[in-house]
Amino acid sequence: MLAKRIIPCLDVRHGKVVKGVNFEGVKDVGDPVACAAEYNRQGADELVFYDIVASHEGRGVFLDVVRETAKQVFIPLTVGGGIATVADMRDTLRAGADKISINSSAVKNPALISQGAELFGSQCIVVGIDAKRNGKGGYTVFVNGGRIDMQMDLIEWVKEIQARGAGEICLNSIDTDGVRGGFDIEMLQAVCANVRIPVIASGGAGKCSDFATAFQQTGATAALAASLFHFGELTVAQVKADCRSKGIIVR
Amino acid sequence: MIAVIDYGAGNLFSVCNALEYLGLNHQLTKKTEDLRAADGLILPGVGAFPAGMQMLRESGLVEVICEESKKKPLLGICLGMQMLLEESDEVAPCKGLGLIRGSVHRIPSQRVIIPHMGWNELTVLQADCPLLQGLEQPLYTYFVHSYQAFCDDANIVAYADYDGRIPALITDGGYVFGAQFHPEKSGEQGLQMLRNFGGML
Repeated sequence: MLAKRIIPCLDVRHGKVVKGVNFEGVKDVGDPVACAAEYNRQGADELVFYDIVASHEGRGVFLDVVRETAKQVFIPLTVGGGIATVADMRDTLRAGADKISINSSAVKNPALISQGAELFGSQCIVVGIDAKRNGKGGYTVFVNGGRIDMQMDLIEWVKEIQARGAGEICLNSIDTDGVRGGFDIEMLQAVCANVRIPVIASGGAGKCSDFATAFQQTGATAALAASLFHFGELTVAQVKADCRSKGIIVR
Repeated sequence: MIAVIDYGAGNLFSVCNALEYLGLNHQLTKKTEDLRAADGLILPGVGAFPAGMQMLRESGLVEVICEESKKKPLLGICLGMQMLLEESDEVAPCKGLGLIRGSVHRIPSQRVIIPHMGWNELTVLQADCPLLQGLEQPLYTYFVHSYQAFCDDANIVAYADYDGRIPALITDGGYVFGAQFHPEKSGEQGLQMLRNFGGML
């Protein structure tokens, strides 16, 4: 059967890796190509590169990072941040990305999902979501790095994402992101119960066992973390050993 | 020299990157004479079967690929592997290259997520296959596909279990090999398979 995937995310700004806590207080650390190679060595199943500035001027530098990484690291590479058009998708794929992750641009223009899936294949299109509890027992979707509440129901949105042909959903919980208390099990369960496409858990991993818990208690097929791996607190190998000891299939 | 066949479909970039990284001499080409002069051929591809075959026919490469596959190693990857078979019913019935007996149909299980996407373990039936030398178990490779090969066990080098057998590495018993997974995206073990392919030339 398919192995559950462990995915380190590299947040990139001006060609360097960064990671903010709750999207604030960003601290510069690390060369992205070196980080990617290290994660590959640790047994990462995929890598995500996220352009957190996503400015037009910085785009070239960012795509150079993707290009250099693709020359040295031979696992699937997902690239997100600032992709708003089909032309952006094409440029990113040509730089060596295997998948494109879109978030705010998909909310603002859902047709982008269908256009991308049609042109490049569903397997290329990952839709990232930032969502938060709405205080009424449901969840609402945010855009622009979790800053703007779209007053949009999460479950309706994930159904639309699937119907439009996306290949995967990467679900980031604003409530748990940066808090390090574990992935948002309830939110993951709610989303997994409503779609058949793979769901990646994101936001909140704080310790080794959080990954296994997400796999045991939800339908997530992959789990993503940034700072936990980036600051060397945990290695991908340690997370996989923990999963394996609990009977979860990992590579 | 490995000719990576450039017929307009697929992510040729990552295959070439991997060959470059391994120091394997290669050339991205759609010229008949290059395919004839090469020591080995790689047929990549993503997308739908009929579109892939149509591009291959329009490139005028069908005949040369079939002829050269009798003389030198040929590795089809993903859609490139499926096109080695006789036919497919993806979108509409369509003839393949027919280099390996069998056909291509949608993954039949109703119980699993389609596409079959991610890392799956290979069960090896033909351990003496030159592409698998120097590889350790467990052997995981990266898959992304919704259609699969149906062929005789004799042609299956290794398969993956996804609520049923999915032929992962197939051969005609001669020079023709097909990988349903992406060796160029399957980490160190995938690179070793490409290195082995280079070693066959």
